[in-house]
Amino acid sequence: MRWFIPYGNPTYFIWLALAIIPLMIGLLYGRRFRGYQTIISLFFLILTFGGPNWKTGIALIGYFIYQIILVAGYSHYRQKKGSANQGWIFVMTVILAIVPLVIVKVTPAIEGGRQSIIGFLGISYITFKVVQTIMETRDGIIKEFHPILFGQFLLFFPTISSGPIDRYRRFETDYKKVPERAEYLDLIQTGVRYVFQGFVYKFIVAYYFGTVLMPGIERHALMAHGFSWNIIAYMYVYSMDLFFDFAGYSLFAVGISYLMGIKTPVNFNQPFKSKNIKDFWNRWHMTLSFWFRDYIFMRLVFFFMKHKVFKSRVTTANVCYVINMLIMGFWHGETWFYITYGLFHGCALVINDTWLRFKKKHQDVIPHNKLTELFAIFLTFNVVCFSFLIFSGFLNTLFFGPNKF
Amino acid sequence: MDNVKETVISILNDLTGEDFSDNLDENLYDSALLDSMGTVQLLLELQDQLGINAPVSEFDRNEWDTPAKIIAKVEEMQQ
Repeated sequence: MRWFIPYGNPTYFIWLALAIIPLMIGLLYGRRFRGYQTIISLFFLILTFGGPNWKTGIALIGYFIYQIILVAGYSHYRQKKGSANQGWIFVMTVILAIVPLVIVKVTPAIEGGRQSIIGFLGISYITFKVVQTIMETRDGIIKEFHPILFGQFLLFFPTISSGPIDRYRRFETDYKKVPERAEYLDLIQTGVRYVFQGFVYKFIVAYYFGTVLMPGIERHALMAHGFSWNIIAYMYVYSMDLFFDFAGYSLFAVGISYLMGIKTPVNFNQPFKSKNIKDFWNRWHMTLSFWFRDYIFMRLVFFFMKHKVFKSRVTTANVCYVINMLIMGFWHGETWFYITYGLFHGCALVINDTWLRFKKKHQDVIPHNKLTELFAIFLTFNVVCFSFLIFSGFLNTLFFGPNKF
Repeated sequence: MDNVKETVISILNDLTGEDFSDNLDENLYDSALLDSMGTVQLLLELQDQLGINAPVSEFDRNEWDTPAKIIAKVEEMQQ
């Protein structure tokens, strides 16, 4: 039996089209066939986690049951009358929720690249959904635990492998209702456009950069045994491949969600037009950066300010930027280049804020016009591409691989 | 109720350096007057000055993005 990576090949799209047409007809006539939606979800999960991948399928089932029990337990604790809402129980619950992900991320680093047996495609993205649900349950914003809805949310198949990361309260609202016909027709229109834009991004542009251009450049860069312009070329080509591949995937995931009447949030908003690094993180992998903003950065700031840990607001922000982005680096994987990537972006955010403050203070002498804006976009683009060169791990191959400098 | 309005406007004035008395529908995020840092400060000030206990996850940017909406939210939470 074969297996299918989501949106990986034409056959997957044919299955997808056949499976969602009945669902779409239902939605057009004001019904959401929830039973049918569950059946096709299982079908697509089996396509990805079955066949030769059955072991990861077992890992997914085990993980899923574990998290359902954990969130159910915590919700029960929070929702019983007069809940003490103890901080340590909350912290323990979050730790228990991320333990499986930590094991999966750390195993390759300590066992020479061997993958953990409890891992499966998309474990990080489900973990994000679990952790945010626990946090909102702690805050009393999520008031009841509904195992079926929560399960649907965690395993929503269009976004299972790499997001975008939805929010439980948002998902629940969409899942429970059927959009008005006019609204749904708009969703179909946008959804179809996204899917076709995704084809262009992933199968034409990303293919050109990643499969046609990249291997040659990579070989030349490695053969130079030292610095060569091919490293710079690799940096841009890799950055383009990364964007078009991931943005293409995200367009598929959002487009298919729309066709199913679920408004999964978008992941990219023309990131290479960013005027500064902060702007970049509001446009690049948005559901991830917003997740980090809402569930790590803002909570850290809140904690530090409330307990007056640092005297100044600036120090608080800077410390939180670096911690936030470092955690993002560690989340990507336990290698020096991912962690450096995180640190790099943390520092870039600190420098960015410092510059903006300086500029505001001296706005009468520092020019601001179309030309400086263009320069800002150019500079941000290059800083970002350089960070992707770190992220790519290519420097690791150059410095420590068999063909090293 | 006017008290809430005045307090919110004075907190926003401290945070952004702008007076919103006549500009209650200005979008604070689109105009980049408020960011995540400012948001947290706003929440803490609301807690200190008005006793509103709004956790970070209550904060849906679409529901809190203008002074008028913030005032409405605070009044709703005070009841």
